[in-house]
Amino acid sequence: MVSKRKKKYSTGEAAQFMTRKAALKKLQLSLNDFRRLCILKGIYPREPRNRKRAQKGNTGIKTLYHVKDIQFLLHEPIIWKLRDYKIFNKKVGRARAVRDFEKLHKYLNNHPTLKLDHIVKERYPTFIDALRDLDDCLTLCFLFSTFPSMAHVPRDQSALCRRLSLEFLHAVIDAKALRKVFISIKGYYFQAEIKGQTITWIVPHHFSFTPQSKADVDFKIMSTFVEFYTVMLGFINFRIYHSLNLIYPPRFSSVTPGESEKLLVDEDVFVAERVAALNVSLSKSSNEAPEEDLDMDAFDAGDDAEKIEEAKKEAEQIKKLKTIFKGLKFFLNREVPREPLVFIIRCFGGEVSWDKTLFVGSTFDENDESITHQIVDRPSMDKQFISRYYVQPQWVFDSVNARDLLPVNKYFMGEVLPPHLSPFIDKDRDQQYIPPEARALYDENELEQQHKMDEGENSGGDDNAKEEESGKEDEEEMEADTATKKKSKLSVSTGEVYKEVPWEKNRQERQEFRLREKMVKKKHRKLYKSMMEGKKGRAKEIWLLRKKRRLHDEEAAKEKKQKKVGKN
Amino acid sequence: MGNKQKTEKNLKRRIVKETAKLESESDQSDEEDFLNVVNNEEADSSDGDEEIEDSEDENNEFTEEESEADSDVLSAGGGEEEDADEESEDIDDSEDEEIDEESEKDESASDQEDESSGEEELQNESDKVKTKPKKGSAIEKTSDSSVEKTLNKSKTTIDSASIANVFHEYDHDTSDEEDIRNTVGNVPMNWYDEYKHLGYDWDGNQIIKPETGDQLDAFLKKMEDPDFWRTVKDPQTGQNVVLSDQDIELIKRIKAQKIPDVTFDEYAPWIEWFTSEVEQMPLRKFPEHKRSFLPSRHEAKQVSKLVHALKMGWIKTRAEQAALRAKKEPEFYMLWQTDDGAEDMRRIHKHISAPKRLLPGHAESYNPPPEYLFDAKEIKQWNKLKNAPWKRKLHFVPQKFDSLRKVPAYPRFIKERFLRCLDLYLCPRAIKMKLNIEPESLVPKLPSPKDLQPFPNVLAIEYKGHTDMVRSISTDKSGQFLLSGSDDCTVKVWEVNTGRCVKTIVTDSVVRSVEWCPNAALSLVLVASGQEVMLINPNVGDFVVSSKTDSVLREVPKSDAAVPERVRTTVQWAEPDEARYDRGVRISLQHFKEVTQVTWHGKGDYFASVMPDGQNRSVIISQISRRRSQLPFTKSKGLVQCVLFHPTKPCLFVATQRHVRIYDLVKQTLLKKLLTNSKWISTMAVHPGGDNLLVGTYDRKMLWFDLDLSTKPYQTLRLHGTAVRGVAFHRRYPLFASGSDDRSLIVSHGMVYNDLLQNPLIVPLKRLQDHDDFNDFGIFGVHFHPLQPWLFSSGADGTIKLYSN
Repeated sequence: MVSKRKKKYSTGEAAQFMTRKAALKKLQLSLNDFRRLCILKGIYPREPRNRKRAQKGNTGIKTLYHVKDIQFLLHEPIIWKLRDYKIFNKKVGRARAVRDFEKLHKYLNNHPTLKLDHIVKERYPTFIDALRDLDDCLTLCFLFSTFPSMAHVPRDQSALCRRLSLEFLHAVIDAKALRKVFISIKGYYFQAEIKGQTITWIVPHHFSFTPQSKADVDFKIMSTFVEFYTVMLGFINFRIYHSLNLIYPPRFSSVTPGESEKLLVDEDVFVAERVAALNVSLSKSSNEAPEEDLDMDAFDAGDDAEKIEEAKKEAEQIKKLKTIFKGLKFFLNREVPREPLVFIIRCFGGEVSWDKTLFVGSTFDENDESITHQIVDRPSMDKQFISRYYVQPQWVFDSVNARDLLPVNKYFMGEVLPPHLSPFIDKDRDQQYIPPEARALYDENELEQQHKMDEGENSGGDDNAKEEESGKEDEEEMEADTATKKKSKLSVSTGEVYKEVPWEKNRQERQEFRLREKMVKKKHRKLYKSMMEGKKGRAKEIWLLRKKRRLHDEEAAKEKKQKKVGKN
Repeated sequence: MGNKQKTEKNLKRRIVKETAKLESESDQSDEEDFLNVVNNEEADSSDGDEEIEDSEDENNEFTEEESEADSDVLSAGGGEEEDADEESEDIDDSEDEEIDEESEKDESASDQEDESSGEEELQNESDKVKTKPKKGSAIEKTSDSSVEKTLNKSKTTIDSASIANVFHEYDHDTSDEEDIRNTVGNVPMNWYDEYKHLGYDWDGNQIIKPETGDQLDAFLKKMEDPDFWRTVKDPQTGQNVVLSDQDIELIKRIKAQKIPDVTFDEYAPWIEWFTSEVEQMPLRKFPEHKRSFLPSRHEAKQVSKLVHALKMGWIKTRAEQAALRAKKEPEFYMLWQTDDGAEDMRRIHKHISAPKRLLPGHAESYNPPPEYLFDAKEIKQWNKLKNAPWKRKLHFVPQKFDSLRKVPAYPRFIKERFLRCLDLYLCPRAIKMKLNIEPESLVPKLPSPKDLQPFPNVLAIEYKGHTDMVRSISTDKSGQFLLSGSDDCTVKVWEVNTGRCVKTIVTDSVVRSVEWCPNAALSLVLVASGQEVMLINPNVGDFVVSSKTDSVLREVPKSDAAVPERVRTTVQWAEPDEARYDRGVRISLQHFKEVTQVTWHGKGDYFASVMPDGQNRSVIISQISRRRSQLPFTKSKGLVQCVLFHPTKPCLFVATQRHVRIYDLVKQTLLKKLLTNSKWISTMAVHPGGDNLLVGTYDRKMLWFDLDLSTKPYQTLRLHGTAVRGVAFHRRYPLFASGSDDRSLIVSHGMVYNDLLQNPLIVPLKRLQDHDDFNDFGIFGVHFHPLQPWLFSSGADGTIKLYSN
């Protein structure tokens, strides 16, 4: 018997992938529903190893899904809910068209709702997995909490986002998990460490919603994401609160509305406002200390000593960081963004308050003599207390990033602030430009040097200093040379000193290397080339930045000089 | 005066009416009035009277006026009062029956009634004025219009009399009458502004406007008359009227928005006319209908509908609604029991988690170090890439703010989040291995050139003399002399050590290839010039050797074998003539095509010449000792580029355009075909050991073949940037060199080990670039000194260079 001829594209990569159109056909869903399902279930297209084969011989680029992903979607129960939605929409549309408002009302009251709990568990098998993926969730929730009610963003959703994000902030405060903070032009970056996972999120600057053009942003898609993220964040909050022995939803033991207030305010609103104030610690379910991070000694066996030493140092620093504001009392002026600062200060053990009329939850007022720092963001103030420092908000951020209380003198009210540096730069990476200010942070000598530079006139920049150093070294060498010369002079006749041209050696080496470079295997040649190109690009970038800095410094020095001359 | 008084009354009356009207309008609706009337049956009669007046108010202005006029008549003429009343009632009749009834009763109980009404309406009136008209109240009940007319006439007469006589009598008149002499009716009086008269009296005579004094009169009056301030002009009559105290009081009250009636008690206890208490007996005449006692079937239907809807859950009770609302709020619970325990369930197949966003650098700071801010050039670049934003080096323009309060909202924030969302659900994901290595680690670890010395690395001698490209060079076996053939149709012999040109041999054509005979006993060079290949005795070096060579070549060996036709047409051996002999030419071979390359066999007896255009006769092997040539191939193998003899074995390497074939000359078979994988071979050199072959190609490559290993190149070297034109091995040192059109000469270390298991070691050592380029040509010939680690190179610039270690 003649065996049947194998059809092309029936096995292998072609059978593993499915275009979106085929997926829609298989799932019997509209594109909108499919999109929603994909967002909720976390299904994404995959890049095949060979696109042409995966597309069954078609060229061009199509959205390809893995067949198993589509089968996975096929078994999802909420697919039925989506179909219910379709029916629901039809019914509502009809009722509206025939003006049968009674029915319409009835339908609208009983609209189908998606329950996403199981999807959260399915997408994030463990709690750690969920934490790892929290970045986008938090950023989007913080953004949505600023939204008004819009066409595709229901009011409930933004309110829920606000609630959940505030709850998360409380959890971070209680766990003292905040590690790094940064003010960027986009917003405030916060980085927290929970269960060993670093979570970074952005909170936009506090402004009202800016309308977006329809071509730019589709709020429907974002809203679908948020639909999932709120559920996820809720469960994460719940678990974090429990691991911190806090009661969820947050409650206060200490603060209760007074008798007179009790009559006037809704208790839920009262609590919600205090939660938003971020200034009162939540009530605990038990007084036991929550499980601490493992002691360092517990897991150091097997690692090499250097790493352990480093880890210990890090742990110590973090321990110190957690309490850097302890014992300090801050007062926020009304022009200072309240929420991020309260969050930061409370995370590191400080006490904070603000004007009573600004927001609920202030604990002491401006006249309190025990205030140590008043955070101001205006050039001058009429009434000032001698007993406290008037510092600009950047001091708080820089102190946290430096993991120590920085000297306040550079941050006084009306001072020109030093540059605010990003704490997210990986110091170990090579080929990156480190601004002189950052270098000063890392080692003491530089700091001193900079101080000197600031004080003295010669503000030639750090590079000059470095060059000087290298120059010194050269001189030392020269001295050594002359010493040997002297010796030889004593013993034998004068001889011509063979002086090696320093760059000649270098040049030769480079030439040799260039020849050797040609021997790179063909397999690696492209990779090598691209890597070298990247390296070159980075070097150029560094060069450019250094040059700009140098020019700027020169300009500044000149101005300074001119000023001095003008004064004299 | 009487007139004045009457007008006064008129005014009063009118004001009262006005206020009454206001009250009735604001406080009570018509229906209430009606009920009031009904109630009046038992209640007191004074109200009834008031009621009548109210109903009169509802009538149009004219009837009111008329009735007023009537009452005036009544007040004047006593007996006719009833008549006027009657008239007004007639008008009422048409409207309402009940009022009629009522008014009849009213009349019957007229005595007290009128009294009380009088009391209410006009203040402090004497009874006698009132009682008078009542005397003849029942005289005429029915009156018609004719009677009315006569009455009217009589009225006027009475009226005129009343002005004069009834003055005292009517001093305190309270009735509603008005002295209307003017018959124009209620028309705007400004219609008469232009006339002398004001209207007409009852007789149709004009009423002449009274004299108005001039300004002076008015002023005098003002000064003299104490009542001037309370004097008003009656527009109907043009007479001046002095308001009484009561009038003034009334006006004041109205102005103060009080109830005009002084006697009205605002704070009198409220009388509840419509009680909330349910009366025992209905006030209606007829009993309740039966249906009011029966349960409504329609309502029952509605209720059952609602009950059904409740049962079906279509509508919710308040409690249910609250519960539902609570349910709508997401409920959170402990979803993960432990931190890292995973439950078994269906999950995404081979999940690739989305990469995190890059963290911000210093440039994104609100207050970055100054070097991160864009300068003018960078801004320009940024703007230029508006349509290709992904090419920008940053996705935002760094900005500096000197204070946190000045930082504005980031306009692209929402858009960026949206793009991230798109990436999350729409971007194809794949796992890509990221190499975390230094690029240097990809460069093979080779021994340092320092350890591989000696090798030529400095330019020692330049041999200048040729005027055109030097295509080919060769040295004699001892390394004392250098031979070069050039495009200027000369062959030169140089002394290596001094750089002196020892001899120049002029040829007829361009010299393509020269080669010194490897046999040290013969002083002979092979020169390919045009279609001719010459064996030349250069006559340099050892005299004995050269003379011996001459003597050896002089005697032509006899051969009986006939030269085949095919060979004869290809090449012809010839003895040179005298002149050429003097030049050194010993034997010349005339070929049928241009010869590009010649090469000796290692022993120096055989040589091969290549004519690329010769088709199947392109390679010829000739033997000097027997003066014989042979064509090894019967078939064309392609464009032959180069041939070489194996240094030890009887093998021939033939390089065609793409392949290198190795033939066994004894067995006359193809041993191997080497695949070069390149487009066009230019030249080749064989390692003195004979197991390794170096092939240079026009496509910039050099291929090292290890013949024992494979037919594919052991290593492909891309050391040059352009076509490789010359390659050479050193005979004694492990060195090889290559020259190319990019004018560079690269010396490399090529160690071949005796151990077959160890692969050759190839290390590029030095790049030498001293030749000038000429017509895009760089270096042609590359040749090593036979004994020393020295290297010769000949270039298109007409020079030959010697590099020494």
